[in-house]
Amino acid sequence: MATKKNLWNSEIVRQAAVDSIKKLDPRAMAKNPVMFVVEVGCVLTTALLITNAMHHGGAAQHAESFGFNLQITLWLWFTVLFANFAEAMAEGRGKAQADTLRKAKGETIAQRYAADGSLEDVTSSLLRAGDVIYVVAGHFIAGDGEVIEGVASVDESAITGESAPVIREAGGDRSAVTGGTKVLSDFIKVKITSNPGETFLDRMIALVEGATRQKTPNEIALSILLSGLTIIFLLAVVTLQPFAIYSHAPQTVFVLVSLLVCLIPTTIGGLLSAIGIAGMDRLVQYNVLAMSGRAVEAAGDVSTLLLDKTGTITLGNRQATEFYPAPDVSKERLADAAQLSSLSDETPEGRSIVVLAKEKYGLRGRDLSGIHPTFVPFTAQTRMSGVDLPGAQIRKGSVDAISRFLEEQGSSLPRKVREQVEEIARAGGTPLVVAENATALGVIYLKDIVKGGLKDRLARLRAMGIRTIMITGDNPLTAAVIAREAGVDDFLAEAKPKDKMDLIKREQAKGKLVAMTGDGTNDAPALAQADVGVAMNSGTQAAKEAGNMVDLDSNPTKLIEIVEIGKQLLMTRGALTTFSIANDVAKYFAIIPAMFAGVFPVLNALNIMHLATPQSAILSAVIFNAVIIVALIPLALKGVKYEPKPAAMLLRQNLLIYGLGGVIVPFIGIKAIDLLLVALKLA
Amino acid sequence: MTINGWLQFAVFSIVLLALVKPLGLYLARVLEGGRTWLDPVLRPFERLIYKLSGVKADQEMNWREYAFALLGFSAVSLLLTYALERLQGAIQWLNPQHLAGVEQALAWNTAASFTTNTNWQSYTPETTMSYLTQMAGLAYHNFTSAAVGIAVAVALIRGVKRTESGTIGNFWVDATRSILYVLLPACVIFALLLIWQGVPQNLHPYTQAATLEAQTQTIAQGPVASQEAIKMLGTNGGGFFNANSAHPFENPTPLTNLLEMLAIFVIPGALTVTLGRLTGSPGHGWAVLAAMFVLFAVGFTTIYWSESQPHPLIHGAVQANTATAPGGNMEGKEVRFGITDSSLFATITTDASCGAVNAMHDSFTPLGGMVVMTNIMLGEVVFGGVGAGLYGVLIFVVVSVFIAGLMVGRTPEYLGKKIEAYDVKMAMLYVLIFPLIILALTAAFVLSPNIGLSALNNAGPHGLSEILYAFTSAVGNNGSAFAGLSANTWWYNVALGFAMLAGRFLMIVPVLALAGNLAQKKSIPPSPGTFPVNTPLFTVLLISVILIMGALTFFPALSLGPILEHLLLHAGQLF
Repeated sequence: MATKKNLWNSEIVRQAAVDSIKKLDPRAMAKNPVMFVVEVGCVLTTALLITNAMHHGGAAQHAESFGFNLQITLWLWFTVLFANFAEAMAEGRGKAQADTLRKAKGETIAQRYAADGSLEDVTSSLLRAGDVIYVVAGHFIAGDGEVIEGVASVDESAITGESAPVIREAGGDRSAVTGGTKVLSDFIKVKITSNPGETFLDRMIALVEGATRQKTPNEIALSILLSGLTIIFLLAVVTLQPFAIYSHAPQTVFVLVSLLVCLIPTTIGGLLSAIGIAGMDRLVQYNVLAMSGRAVEAAGDVSTLLLDKTGTITLGNRQATEFYPAPDVSKERLADAAQLSSLSDETPEGRSIVVLAKEKYGLRGRDLSGIHPTFVPFTAQTRMSGVDLPGAQIRKGSVDAISRFLEEQGSSLPRKVREQVEEIARAGGTPLVVAENATALGVIYLKDIVKGGLKDRLARLRAMGIRTIMITGDNPLTAAVIAREAGVDDFLAEAKPKDKMDLIKREQAKGKLVAMTGDGTNDAPALAQADVGVAMNSGTQAAKEAGNMVDLDSNPTKLIEIVEIGKQLLMTRGALTTFSIANDVAKYFAIIPAMFAGVFPVLNALNIMHLATPQSAILSAVIFNAVIIVALIPLALKGVKYEPKPAAMLLRQNLLIYGLGGVIVPFIGIKAIDLLLVALKLA
Repeated sequence: MTINGWLQFAVFSIVLLALVKPLGLYLARVLEGGRTWLDPVLRPFERLIYKLSGVKADQEMNWREYAFALLGFSAVSLLLTYALERLQGAIQWLNPQHLAGVEQALAWNTAASFTTNTNWQSYTPETTMSYLTQMAGLAYHNFTSAAVGIAVAVALIRGVKRTESGTIGNFWVDATRSILYVLLPACVIFALLLIWQGVPQNLHPYTQAATLEAQTQTIAQGPVASQEAIKMLGTNGGGFFNANSAHPFENPTPLTNLLEMLAIFVIPGALTVTLGRLTGSPGHGWAVLAAMFVLFAVGFTTIYWSESQPHPLIHGAVQANTATAPGGNMEGKEVRFGITDSSLFATITTDASCGAVNAMHDSFTPLGGMVVMTNIMLGEVVFGGVGAGLYGVLIFVVVSVFIAGLMVGRTPEYLGKKIEAYDVKMAMLYVLIFPLIILALTAAFVLSPNIGLSALNNAGPHGLSEILYAFTSAVGNNGSAFAGLSANTWWYNVALGFAMLAGRFLMIVPVLALAGNLAQKKSIPPSPGTFPVNTPLFTVLLISVILIMGALTFFPALSLGPILEHLLLHAGQLF
């Protein structure tokens, strides 16, 4: 799914070409007032063309104007078709993604628990919310649901594109499973949470296909602006005819419709829905599923970003960075014991201790098979792990756990070690104490590692005007250290779910839009409260229901991309609107002199492009107006380039490119088309 | 163009810019109900007015109530003025010339004209209106219509400033305070200055004088100075005399000419400072003023240049500027004012929807005439009418901010308020109504030989310009005219009356709706991601939006009017 698709994929283009004709249906066109006006103009000119041809036959005078009128009519139709084509292209690209998804969906057979507790085979389409199914290794999970029993590794590559399997287990925050994914090992009992047609995949397919697309608030506001402009130009053109009659230079309907179509904002009007669909599509390419276009737009407006420390700002786990031996204990001895106690510890923290001992003290992993070690795993009760060797019990764990361990043996934690522990905690680290029998050997300094490159990304956010707040359960001292290191603007320490909620409400009361990520059930209320709540796909069903986006990769830093996509969406609309309006200047200079130069040759003074004939001038403007839509399809689909910069700089840049460029480009384009038309003897 | 001319422009600009800040801050205090140094004198009057009229001054209104009060007030005033005009023949009080009642269509046109701050005059005042009508009917409206403009402007400012509020102020209080604390005191001072300079202020019958040729001349006079003051300060423009500010009794000296020009711009200019003050963003006020000033300076330069050109079809006569001759196009211009002051006055009066004139716009060169017309077509936002200019330009600000907001990738915000679908709808409604009425009515009259064209004194493109100018002036509530059109006909009077009312009140309603909608929104604190509205970049954007909206709408019409006339003139054809 995350694969890049060629923009002009021939299959999509072919389908889009067909769809653009289907979309001529006036009922569909009426949703887009700008293009609807163009279509009405097309119908008008076509009808006139036919009646003229029937009434006048082959008079030489008429033959000449017929050629011109025919070309105008054809290009007006092309204008509508090109706009439809843009929309169809965007939809086509969405559909291609939907198809990939649909393959993953298919029909599967599920084993459902019947009322009497026995298993029965049913097809996935018959599953209803509340059913419980049994899935064993090698089978697909038939629908979205929650694991209520068991633990299994699941291949979610069909959804996420990530090939590494993930663990799904009952209880906790990793209980949600998605229909269409495959259990690789073990078995699970899944309680189905959605009815057929409402599953995650179904919603996703509908969204990327554009079937459920609703206009977003900004899109509606822009549509109003565009409709207003269309009415104004309609008026300017309709009233021009009385002025022309007064001036004894009445115009044909073909010319008036040409002027109208050139003036109304067809460029943005034709590309508006394509831009919206493409925005959703870009999100999906980033493996983010938005529940609505409104959410994507809101992402562009976010002014406060709540980032969980663990997993987002820091690597999910801490790493050992230093050994602090107790008085009268050598560093080597501490390192040795620390390594021994961690040899069987497969947690990232444990592994980092082994690595540190090896790198710093040259201690290699040893073959302990000769001495029959008994490894003591970490349990929630003891809160420590270690190894029992003949004559030596080595343990590592939290201060409290090791203190208890020492007290059990009639010893206690030396004051120096306790001080060391406090110092590490103050510096933002996590201290682990190592003990051998009744002797405390020292402290391992576990440190939170800030993700590489994060500082730069947070700086980019700041440039966009977004404030970042780190949320952590750590004490304020620890939090402050990490916050400084990562470059977040603020932090919330010792955060309980309620604190997070309160923080969001506080920010919102100040008029800010808040975005956050979350995965746990206890994140759900905050996710629902936030303006943009991105739930991790690995999270619970409750979290996913509460948020308005789901990140299929479960990567919390992706919030930054989401914000950028939201901004890019709005910017693309704004840029093309500006471009579209700015284009009108050149079109006036092409068409107005062409309309009246026949009666008033002096008006040729306005023909500053020196277009060959009145016909070629009008035709060139109409052709430019149509062709520019196609030319801008790639921009509409990809979005304008976005760099995080203060708004004033962005505006200056975009005004230069799309405003000034929008004034200049059509002068060049219309002149070029005019030269071409003359060369081809079309006008 | 002369150095002297440019110096005059510079003096005008410097004095204007020096005046706007203190006046703007004073306006802010008045409109916020704060204490002013006039309180000891005026506060008791204010209280008395509220008491007598039953206004509860501390009761705020939502936008619908505000609009209802404003429309009701204006409708009643309009009817009273209509009645006064019709009945003036029967009332002999303050009617020394025994002028008869005003004919229906003209009375309607005039009542609409003065209610809407337009002051389009289809009549010759000194032979039509009694002193009573001039004072109680017309000058009364000169005060109230200006106050209505200020009220709407401050209501919109409140909409921007207030957060989560259902109300936008009290119309009666806003209008009363505007008149009592601003317009009246300023007019008293200004009228005294004018009297000092020689403007008459009396209630005498017209003087019969014997001329050197032994003819009798009737010298009209009356309470001129008092009306002249509010005519300028309220951007009304309705002259006491037909010749308006070209008449030596209305505008006797170079000093009064300068003062009158300043009086037109000073309140609209000051209101930008008020905007900055009340929204807590002074820079924004200055940025808006800068946009207005640039458009004004460009307009003046074009007119000044165009009017200074020698006439292409006059040969053999010296048309250069010399010590004794002004040079350029002096047709229709007062010799006392010459090219510079006529061009400057014309620019100011059309920029500001005042409509007072000291030269005949109809006689300007085609390009000069096009610019005065375009000034109105931009929507009367270049300083604009008292209050109306500010709320008009704020509509363009909303449109600019909307487009700019999209281009920086955020839901557009204006001073912390999100600009959403409803706001855009109201703004576009405002933008749309203006050309809709102008173009539709012009087109209708242009197509009708009996109703529309028979009133024309000039054919060809100039004739088109005359009709277009009339409706533009009416809808823009300007009131100046291309005088070649004999507009005192039943059809023109009725149609222009409706055009003026639509151009005023159909546009005020969406403004108040916008104000109400903005007031109830939350405010978003600014961040680097917010597009700042107090920078030169914003000024450039605002100018572009105003120009593009105005130019794109009217370019086709202009190209068959003044542009064509200009090109044909240089090809040797006159109209």
